[in-house]
Amino acid sequence: MIFVEDKDLVIPGDVLADEEYHTGRGTFREGKNIHSSLVGLVAVRDKRINVIPLQSKYIPKRGDVVIGEVTDIRFSMWNLDINSPYSGFLSASDVFGKEKRDLNKAFDVGDVLFLRVVDVDEVKKVKLGLKGRGLGKFKDGILIYITPTKVPRLIGKKGSMINMIKDETHCDIIVGQNGVVWVKGNPLMERVAEKVINMIEKQAHTSGLTDRVRNMLYKILGKEIDEEEVERIPEVDED
Amino acid sequence: MKTDREVIIIILNNNNNLRADGRDFNELRPLKIEAGILEKADGSAYLEIGGNKILAAVYGPRELHVRRIMRPDMAVIRCRYNMAPFSVGERKRPGPDRRSVEISKITADALRPAIFLEKFPRSTIDVFIEVLEAEGGTRCAGITAASVALADAGIPMKDLIASCAAGKAEGNVILDLSEEEDKEGEADLPVAIMPRSGNITLLQMDGHMTPEEFENALDLAIEGCQKISAVQKEAIKNRYGEENE
Repeated sequence: MIFVEDKDLVIPGDVLADEEYHTGRGTFREGKNIHSSLVGLVAVRDKRINVIPLQSKYIPKRGDVVIGEVTDIRFSMWNLDINSPYSGFLSASDVFGKEKRDLNKAFDVGDVLFLRVVDVDEVKKVKLGLKGRGLGKFKDGILIYITPTKVPRLIGKKGSMINMIKDETHCDIIVGQNGVVWVKGNPLMERVAEKVINMIEKQAHTSGLTDRVRNMLYKILGKEIDEEEVERIPEVDED
Repeated sequence: MKTDREVIIIILNNNNNLRADGRDFNELRPLKIEAGILEKADGSAYLEIGGNKILAAVYGPRELHVRRIMRPDMAVIRCRYNMAPFSVGERKRPGPDRRSVEISKITADALRPAIFLEKFPRSTIDVFIEVLEAEGGTRCAGITAASVALADAGIPMKDLIASCAAGKAEGNVILDLSEEEDKEGEADLPVAIMPRSGNITLLQMDGHMTPEEFENALDLAIEGCQKISAVQKEAIKNRYGEENE
């Protein structure tokens, strides 16, 4: 027996199903019944029942790509804030090899890096690495923070959503699994992208979102080109 | 309209169980809860019950830097209950005092059993309760608000803790004491429960009651908690109901 439907909003303690079903993410079993442990939306896959949280924190997982900010420099490593209950570290040897150099000449406090989670050990020490395509330091651009569980929605099926935003705003956009999004482009377009991404986060659990995002983009962009064509276009040409 | 009201007052007076504010013995004060009202907190709630106005904020799970309280197998929960200097009639000296330190501790103790702390080892969940206006029963109101804020923060929980007090004033066992009834009355019994299982997570008492009166008061308080629980659920659903449209 199942007592809820797919995409229903549930809160902690709500009864979801009985023993026929398996507990998935965001649920727990008490006696015979399965209950929700979160405020979120029900997602049923075969006989497994999950609750997708509407609000969550990033828990580091090996292999994830994340965006982190350098918070501290130690003797042989950098400490990074990865928007999570657990901070990460990047070894100097990972960047310089065996060579000895000043750490703050490579990355200074406040720098934003694109990294891969190499390992998470038992004591929740998060080892980060820079080996891989596209990983490294960001220059300029803005950061947008979203709830990590909404990252898949922002990317869309095979990147449909994110590619649409990239094409329309001509911005470079990189999404970390930890819910940090880096956007770089024309300052005006960065703001447009930020607005759209925040809208996606708010409406992540609704259907037909891609169409609404497209409409929003067209509306904003159409309007702005009309209003600011005269002043803005020479500036764009220079770039 | 006016005549209707007059009739009701006469009847209650005849029954002789009317309280100073016109409530029945098992009636809560008007209750209002709103979830997710603070921008920067991970979760938050605003609660009004009678003359109480309470703000609760939750941060976390987040990194814990205090090594000595860190738990390798679970998260720790830290609470701070604070009364604003302007929350009571006579200005309260700001800062923690003996009473607020006690309430901070019992709030953490009341909330802890409901949270799946083992999901976030070596981290902390911080709960801040600010009493903006006080009118009796702030500790229970604080717990109720904090538990809504925890749910809003997306922290996994077994149940939403609900809390309210019962007690004895002018010889009657009554629910949800006001400031007046608390001060003048004979006993106060704050209770917090997990509404689904009925497990009690907080039980305090001061004053004097006979064992029978205690049983009565406890039943009354649990009944009150169940009513509060319904309002809590409503508050959380309302928060996300808007976004559904």
